[in-house]
Amino acid sequence: MTLLHTDVSVGDALPELSVEVTPTTVVLGALASRDWRPMHHDYKFATERNGVADIFLNTPNQAAWFERYLTDWTGPSGRLGRMTFRMRDSVFPGDTMTFSATVTDTSVDDAGCGWVGIDVALTVDGRTCSTCTARIAVPTDDDDNPWRRRGDQWAP
Amino acid sequence: MTDAAAGDLPVDVAALIGLPQYDRTADFDVERAYTYNTAAATRNSNPIFWDDAVAAEITGGMIAAPTTLSLWMRPHYWQPGATGEQVALQVHFDLKERFGLPEAVMTDNTLILHDPVRPGDRISHRQVLKSVSGPKTTKLGSGRFWVIDIEYHNQHGDLVGIESYTGFGYRRDDATRADEVAS
Repeated sequence: MTLLHTDVSVGDALPELSVEVTPTTVVLGALASRDWRPMHHDYKFATERNGVADIFLNTPNQAAWFERYLTDWTGPSGRLGRMTFRMRDSVFPGDTMTFSATVTDTSVDDAGCGWVGIDVALTVDGRTCSTCTARIAVPTDDDDNPWRRRGDQWAP
Repeated sequence: MTDAAAGDLPVDVAALIGLPQYDRTADFDVERAYTYNTAAATRNSNPIFWDDAVAAEITGGMIAAPTTLSLWMRPHYWQPGATGEQVALQVHFDLKERFGLPEAVMTDNTLILHDPVRPGDRISHRQVLKSVSGPKTTKLGSGRFWVIDIEYHNQHGDLVGIESYTGFGYRRDDATRADEVAS
């Protein structure tokens, strides 16, 4: 599937994604991102030193989950330009994290690149754990490919 | 969440704000296997990470998952001659030590993605302390927030990304119970 810029409107909602988080989810994500800090794999360290309920998802892995969620929607031609997220609360094993999002902006820049602004929420049982704003480029037509852009043609 | 609060900062810390530090090159080349690991950890079926033909058509060849940017500058857990814990984002750990704050979490992360990172690249970075807050108390404990920016370049000098982290270094307050901080 290739999502085109003309397919997107402000207010569009992305399909929700729900994922059951296990200890393996947390550890796999931490090690995949070369994050060896013990609060992401050592229960005793997380609970007794950090004072949190369990090991928890690390920052780069949350980024990777946001990336996956956004490009599930855009398809492979979607190219992430910018993403900011705030982690208000941790995500622990046993949680079911749900991603939801709304399109907040669409624009075409001076180089002809089609951009979509999106607000994403990561919630657990209705509690907002992280909020994210993203700016992702999608093709403006069937001949456009944001991944071909370099230099002045790419302004994330 | 952060504020300049420059007035209450120790002179040595204030002097570090805006100063590039730890200008380093990665210990290893970008490896495709880490993209598989990241895609597997997030069940990401994007074909540009799994299918060479699709990657050739769309991204001009295989790329690293864009959000793995920081991965390439993270040290090995251990290597010959290394002593002590090997850590990424050294400025963050320097601040923990400087302020005597044994615990820390990241609260905010920004990624700005430029040229794609590709297998075989060798990434370099530098860290810049942007701000340090005055003393703050949260449900985790008492400490300070700080913002650190990192610029990443490939071996050709091309900018591949800029990242910004907000960290909170803290000391647990005696009254802080685990069930409160986990709420």
